[in-house]
Amino acid sequence: MPIEVLMPALSPTMEKGNLAKWLKKEGDAVKSGDVIAEIETDKATMEVEAVDEGTLGQILVPEGTADVAVNTPIATILTDGESSSSTKNTKSAKSAPPAKKSETPEPKSASAPAAPAQQSMSDPDLSAGTEMVTMTMREALRDAMAEEMRRDETVFVMGEEVAEYQGAYKVTQGLLQEFGPKRVIDTPITEHGFAGLGVGAALGGLKPIVEFMTFNFAMQAIDQIVNSAAKTLYMSGGQMGCSIVFRGPNGPAARVGAQHSQDYSAWYSHIPGLKVIAPSTAADAKGLLKAAIRDPNPIIFLENEILYGQSFPVPKLDDFVLPIGKARVARAGSHVTIIAWSMGMTYALKAAEELAKEGIEAEVIDLRTLKPMDSDTFIASVRKTGRAVTVEEGWQQNGVGAEIAARIMEQAFDYLDAPVARVSGKEVPMPYAANLEKLALPSVAEVVEAAKSVCYR
Amino acid sequence: MALAKTNAKANAETPAKIPDFSKEQDLASYRDMLLIRRFEEKAGQMYGMGLIGGFCHLYIGQEAVVVGMQMALKKGDQVITGYRDHGHMLACGMDPKGVMAELTGRRGGYSKGKGGSMHMFSVETGFYGGHGIVGAQVPLGTGLAFTNTYRGNKNVCLTYFGDGAANQGQVYEAFNMAELWKLPVVYVIENNRYAMGTSITRASAQVDLSRRGLSFNIQGEQVDGMDVRAVKAAGEKAVTWCREGNGPYILEMMTYRYRGHSMSDPAKYRTREEVEDVRAHHDPIEQVRHRILEKKFTNEDQLKKIDAEVRERVNQASEFATHDPEPDASELWTDVVR
Repeated sequence: MPIEVLMPALSPTMEKGNLAKWLKKEGDAVKSGDVIAEIETDKATMEVEAVDEGTLGQILVPEGTADVAVNTPIATILTDGESSSSTKNTKSAKSAPPAKKSETPEPKSASAPAAPAQQSMSDPDLSAGTEMVTMTMREALRDAMAEEMRRDETVFVMGEEVAEYQGAYKVTQGLLQEFGPKRVIDTPITEHGFAGLGVGAALGGLKPIVEFMTFNFAMQAIDQIVNSAAKTLYMSGGQMGCSIVFRGPNGPAARVGAQHSQDYSAWYSHIPGLKVIAPSTAADAKGLLKAAIRDPNPIIFLENEILYGQSFPVPKLDDFVLPIGKARVARAGSHVTIIAWSMGMTYALKAAEELAKEGIEAEVIDLRTLKPMDSDTFIASVRKTGRAVTVEEGWQQNGVGAEIAARIMEQAFDYLDAPVARVSGKEVPMPYAANLEKLALPSVAEVVEAAKSVCYR
Repeated sequence: MALAKTNAKANAETPAKIPDFSKEQDLASYRDMLLIRRFEEKAGQMYGMGLIGGFCHLYIGQEAVVVGMQMALKKGDQVITGYRDHGHMLACGMDPKGVMAELTGRRGGYSKGKGGSMHMFSVETGFYGGHGIVGAQVPLGTGLAFTNTYRGNKNVCLTYFGDGAANQGQVYEAFNMAELWKLPVVYVIENNRYAMGTSITRASAQVDLSRRGLSFNIQGEQVDGMDVRAVKAAGEKAVTWCREGNGPYILEMMTYRYRGHSMSDPAKYRTREEVEDVRAHHDPIEQVRHRILEKKFTNEDQLKKIDAEVRERVNQASEFATHDPEPDASELWTDVVR
């Protein structure tokens, strides 16, 4: 049976083209790969190659024909022993259906199915007698890594100065001594490279903890984080995932200027496939970092340099693990809900104290995890208080506060007594001068003012 | 011609004679290369019919590289590459049906239709993708090699990239760490002379890509990537080097792609004569075919039988990929996180 040569599409958008020239004539022998014709579109001229071997039977579309629709038969190829007289019985190449549309089952509805609901989780119950120990955020992070490295041989930590120097911010102090250079690895200053290497190791089944000296430097590596780490599970149809933690200090420190003072909360929490955690206390840091290391997905763990040295009570438990994706009510109140995370919590809690002095009881919610975001907790609070303020060090446009405000609007619109207020970093590169830096950052006073304004006080 | 010249130079530097293939090796490599060629021709045809969408980068002309390199591997070794990946997958032993069904975006594809031409994976056969960002697979492959060192096994990761990717900065970040930590990774640079439409001489200050690792003390050599025997011999040497704990190795495969960069590339940056010359004098499949007949390993009829078998496999793949249903709408939300 002769094989039809169809008008090919040169690009996903091409619908028709001109048959510019025949390079073979009827009766010519052709073999796979031979150029038989040239076709033109407004963009390009392309060669049509024979895919089958035989003789060019009949030219169905003469050269010079304009606007030939894609998939129109333009010639026939006769295979061994066929004659051109049999062209009446032409059929398309064996596997080629006449048109693709009929083969593709049309979805019943064009709308996407609803996103799956988020599971609700809760913190582990701490029995009344649980002993608390005071430790810094820095120590809590170190202990979390050490405990998980003892528990799982495939966990290792890599980054700049994590081993012999004991960590640029001393978060990895003592790990080299306990686990040795095979599992605590100093890297060259090469973020793009070692982030990619870490992702490759995770694809190979290890569980890397990649420390960025600060997240400011991770912009060099963001392609590997977004394109390789976050998307591979989906692109592989669930076959291959990437269990990896990227951690390090995020956000402004103090007086380090524009390039070293950026908050990436919004950047990473925009990306499907990533989970983003940003704790504000040592207990949350420990429990969530342990959860992050065990999680089979790529995790962005945003720490804060200013919080590293602060001390907090941490439950003295052998294995204290917190659920990812669960906010925490840090202070109960009934007049206004303040939603923050990481360093933002410092402003929020101090503001709540100030507000209490004026008779305003603020409920302060620590998101802890930015993605997946626990809307349930703050929506329930806003339904109670009717007022909300978000606090973040990042910039306002497309910030996390904008997302929170949108969710409140969608899910608690009828409960609101005032528009949601956002307190954020000012939309300028971070200035160096002490006074300007202070102005660029959110402040306790701004949070107090915002809370009062939504309470119309 | 550039190809011949560089080969001569490479041969002068590495005078080792290319060992002949046994009958079984010649026939196996013929069959494996032909499968890739026919698969890619069919993919091109199906693209033309609108069954395959988006980007589709064909491997036609470069078949000897993956087939020869695969002959140097053992179970547990890993392979990772960029977006021109169909040949690598078939060489790894992935099912043409699953690959073609991924090209058509159907549920029976290796990634359930959610990855496409550039994004397929198979842990089972050691294929780690399928990556669409030029050069990104180089640190990833170096990381796979790191897992081998970490686990203390003797496996090697083949990390393929092209002459275009060779100018990406992250390649050199990976080279540095690979040599520093003596990671078992063979960097296979498939130099097909054009990064999309830009010839290597217009893009590279150092066109001898085998020397690109020199400042990291990584040894490299140029290989006639159109001769499957030369590829296998170089591959075995490089893989052995890695298995023995000596760190990475670079193989620059001098090869050529017959088709455009992707389906929508008319390839006007080179002459038809140039393409015809490679096809006529250096075609990797014709070389083996000629050898098989010359040595009377088999006859024309038997080769035709192989051709028919390969064609049938490819037809079955395209049949499957054409009629397999699209993924269920519920798959939209699966596999984002686990």
